Amino acid sequence: MEHAIEATKAVVTLDVALPGIIWGWMITLNMWAKSIGTGVILVGAFLLYRHKREELSGIRWKMPLISFIFLNIFLLFTLLDLHQPLRMVNIFLHPHWTSAITVGAWMASLFTLLITIMMLIGFFDAHPDVRKHCPLANTCRKMSGFYEAVFPFVVFLAIPVTLYTAIIMAESSARELWQAPAELIQMLLAAFMVGSATLILISNNWSKSAKQDLALVLAISVFLSFTMYMGEYFFSFKSAEAEATLEFVHKGGAYNVEFWSAMVLGYIIPFFIAIGNLKKENRTLIKFAALTALIGLYLAKDVWLKIPQMLSLS
Amino acid sequence: MKLGFLVDLNLCMGCKGCEVACKVENEVPLSSWRLRVKYIDIGTFPDTSRSFTPLRCNHCENAPCERICPVSALHYLENGIVNVDSSRCIGCAGCMMACPYGAIYMDPESNTADKCTYCAHRVESGMMPACVVACPVEANIFGDVEDETSHISRYIMAHQGSVQVRKPEKNTNPKHYYVGGGNQTLNPLAHERIEGYGLFNNVTHLKEIGDPHHSILDRFTAPIFGHEHLDNKSFIDMPNSNESHEEGGH
Repeated sequence: MEHAIEATKAVVTLDVALPGIIWGWMITLNMWAKSIGTGVILVGAFLLYRHKREELSGIRWKMPLISFIFLNIFLLFTLLDLHQPLRMVNIFLHPHWTSAITVGAWMASLFTLLITIMMLIGFFDAHPDVRKHCPLANTCRKMSGFYEAVFPFVVFLAIPVTLYTAIIMAESSARELWQAPAELIQMLLAAFMVGSATLILISNNWSKSAKQDLALVLAISVFLSFTMYMGEYFFSFKSAEAEATLEFVHKGGAYNVEFWSAMVLGYIIPFFIAIGNLKKENRTLIKFAALTALIGLYLAKDVWLKIPQMLSLS
Repeated sequence: MKLGFLVDLNLCMGCKGCEVACKVENEVPLSSWRLRVKYIDIGTFPDTSRSFTPLRCNHCENAPCERICPVSALHYLENGIVNVDSSRCIGCAGCMMACPYGAIYMDPESNTADKCTYCAHRVESGMMPACVVACPVEANIFGDVEDETSHISRYIMAHQGSVQVRKPEKNTNPKHYYVGGGNQTLNPLAHERIEGYGLFNNVTHLKEIGDPHHSILDRFTAPIFGHEHLDNKSFIDMPNSNESHEEGGH
């Protein structure tokens, strides 16, 4: 029987060198930064819905400032990863609307523009003594009402900006592991996870109930996201190609270590600390959990991005 | 008109004439391939056989590369060919992620995506693709699959039941057919790919995608100021010609 199985063995004996990892750490960083950029807006909107602005000291300018910084990291590394970065303009001059890359680039650009305006308005409103005679600063102060007017639209836009990367992955037909509706939910949960983690780091002066809400959002998002990862890891929902891809994690080695480090740092530790924090507040521990969540998400995204690219396609 | 390709694997003898002709015709740089012939050994000694599988772009009717390309650099021609406009390509590699057949590469000289175009420039002039002309056993058959009287259509009709496409489950509707293929030759999951084990070279992975000497800064400045042109020595000096890819090796 063993011999019969051996007789079916097929081995590639001559072939060209194949590409390995094409989308590498820059794309991981890109996805991670975008999750923070949109996540702080989504979680910030939730907090503003639940609490008075006075309970959330400085959120009006800190939230868009953080989003602005991470969206620019996301855009910068998107650009740097292109082999012809100066031709990025072609996405706007020659858009191809069936491509999620095109739709995403347009939405992310609009989102960043609106966040920039909100950041300027929020900052100059909160700091009336800064650049008193600057025409730009004064214009921003005069436009104060625009902030509240545009905020609902920005929150709404944050959702597709968060999700479009999952559509790009869905359009990447060669990578079976990404061909799952679960990717959409994972993207959204990632945004809530790192959005709450980032806001936890700046929430020292906020009300206790607001801090509890942040811990709750973190706990729920990491729990759901972890459950989905475990489902994908342990159960065979997928095609032969996806199973072969997951084998790069299952069989041990660097990706196995990275995956489980991600699960422990990004999901298990933050979950228990956040749940504990709902009962009894501990600022040091919850900030530690926020940091590990940020690190863990990067590692999880990195594994999920790279392993499908290691499978030979032909 | 819908141009298609058929390879009769029963006829192919693995001479790689098509591969070389393609390289020459399209000036494909070293380290890159539009068409390649893969050797697969099946069985255990002494009961072994060797099969040869030419692999190129499948010019899918429902091409994922065309759909994901953000700037329409990949586009359909009226005759069904999926063509590339390298002057428009931004080098995002989305097409490389989308193509289920691994048929697209990043040209290290132009830093843009490229692939087999069924020699669209030759077809436009009424000629056959270079690989078809070079094949000594006429294993490559090219023509209009919508024309019932064409050679390819008649060949498909004559071999009903044994004509296959790669990865039909992807719903790409490829216009590239094989006769005499099997699971072990057409399904990449059905054969092992052992690093460092080969006939004349290592079966390995590229470490560099695109120009290996093109730094991030060069990507911005090269289109304006130009950069050192690659020569054969540049490719020979590639960091890992004989080493397995640290991450891609398996």
